[in-house]
Amino acid sequence: MPPKRRYSAFAIARETLRQHAGWDRAWADRPMKPRYDVIIVGAGGHGLATAYYLGKNFGITNVAILEKGWLGGGNTGRNTTIIRSNYLQDPSAAIYEKARGLYETLSQELNYNIMFSPRGVMMLAQTEHEKRGYLRTAHANALQGVETEFVGPDRVKELCPIISIDGPRYPVLGALWQARGGTARHDAVAWGYARACSDMGMDIIQKCEVTGVRSAGGKVTGLETSRGPVDCDKLGLVVAGHSGHLAQMAGFRLPIESVALQALVSEPIKPCMDVVVMANTVHGYMSQSDKGEMVIGGGADGYNNYTQRGSFHHIEETVRALVETFPMISRLKMLRQWGGIVDMTGDRSPILSTTPLGNCFVNCGWGTGGFKAIPGSGWAMAELMAKGTPGSLAADFGLDRFREGRFIDESVAAGVAH
Amino acid sequence: MLTLTCPYCGLQADETELHGGGEAHLTRFGPDSSDDEFEAYLFLRQNPRGVHAERWRHVYGCGKWFHALRDTTTLQVFGTYPAQTLTPPADLLKAAGVEPAA
Repeated sequence: MPPKRRYSAFAIARETLRQHAGWDRAWADRPMKPRYDVIIVGAGGHGLATAYYLGKNFGITNVAILEKGWLGGGNTGRNTTIIRSNYLQDPSAAIYEKARGLYETLSQELNYNIMFSPRGVMMLAQTEHEKRGYLRTAHANALQGVETEFVGPDRVKELCPIISIDGPRYPVLGALWQARGGTARHDAVAWGYARACSDMGMDIIQKCEVTGVRSAGGKVTGLETSRGPVDCDKLGLVVAGHSGHLAQMAGFRLPIESVALQALVSEPIKPCMDVVVMANTVHGYMSQSDKGEMVIGGGADGYNNYTQRGSFHHIEETVRALVETFPMISRLKMLRQWGGIVDMTGDRSPILSTTPLGNCFVNCGWGTGGFKAIPGSGWAMAELMAKGTPGSLAADFGLDRFREGRFIDESVAAGVAH
Repeated sequence: MLTLTCPYCGLQADETELHGGGEAHLTRFGPDSSDDEFEAYLFLRQNPRGVHAERWRHVYGCGKWFHALRDTTTLQVFGTYPAQTLTPPADLLKAAGVEPAA
């Protein structure tokens, strides 16, 4: 298979001269083979990153990535694209910081512009409790080697002039500021990884739904799919909201409940904020996309849901919270709203683990904050799948922590917007 | 907006009046139980794509906990029933198209 033509300024110039007739498809659409060394279920960011690092770090390229819908059409295409690593607990800080670090050079590595924009992420402290919590996180981050600082209200106003510091209900007392955090183009992350995987000879099979997991002697042997059976040595389930459904096919249960999380964007307006702001007390977060739309997220719905639709009153709560924080957006019209199905674990931390079924591995439970973790998650999951045992990044995220009570309690540490 | 009828006070309550309590009919385990039993009770969930028996509390109403049978893929509600019930009532299961044994 010929290697992909590199994207560059010269390539654009060359193609301009010949009506852009020379571009390749970014990834190949090949039929499914009867057998693979590794099958990854789920061609979202995490699944594709897992496959990419299996190839890059471990030389495993006889890999298929199966996708029920279309590539990157689940939560990868439905999030608010925030990247940060200012977590309290050491295992979380390690994996999210690994991801953030990989994001910095991902465009160059994949030769695909993921539009990583380290514009800075600010988490507002609007109660004394929250202020103390973020001061604690800033100290923890200093020990973990994650660069964050706690800044006062004046600096908050300087970084984001459109914030109402004196707020009607909750004045801004300061913020946890991570200057190296930011955003990236979510679709491009999936597309860039897909292009690189396809280039390594991996097969990305879209519109292929898994309908059963085959096993013998306590080990996985293959899958039943809507495109027929396929054999594999190792299986990775990387399907976010539908993890419980696939685990049921594989014969085990997960500590996961799936709920809807919504996001929305406004009509595009002129540049007015160049940082990401999360206001967790009033419960909303916002950034401005390069197109000028305000990208808005808030709280998850409170009940099990697989419909990718959320309740209207959550949008109302989120928008109310943000109008309070940014009074100038009060007359903005909202352009689009959508929902994704997020997999919430008991301690609100992810699962990267072996499972009761041999050679079957699971990467799930990223809940409401998976996008920021994609490269680190793929890196750690690839190591877990290649070696059969977790490396240092994944070690604390095993399924056994629920049995043994070793929680990574970010539901308290990170507040709500996780 | 999800609307459930509280089986105690009889009101049709919008979800803003209610609080979800997760999967219903879990077997509780107390002291002297094994780690596996505690894990199953506290954390492991069916999380089905389909019919789900779940707990709700009428927080901004009568305050009572009750149960509902609902489909997580269509959001159809088959009915609600009192909390003092170990399994969903047969008529609701029939409405949901589920065999009572399941």
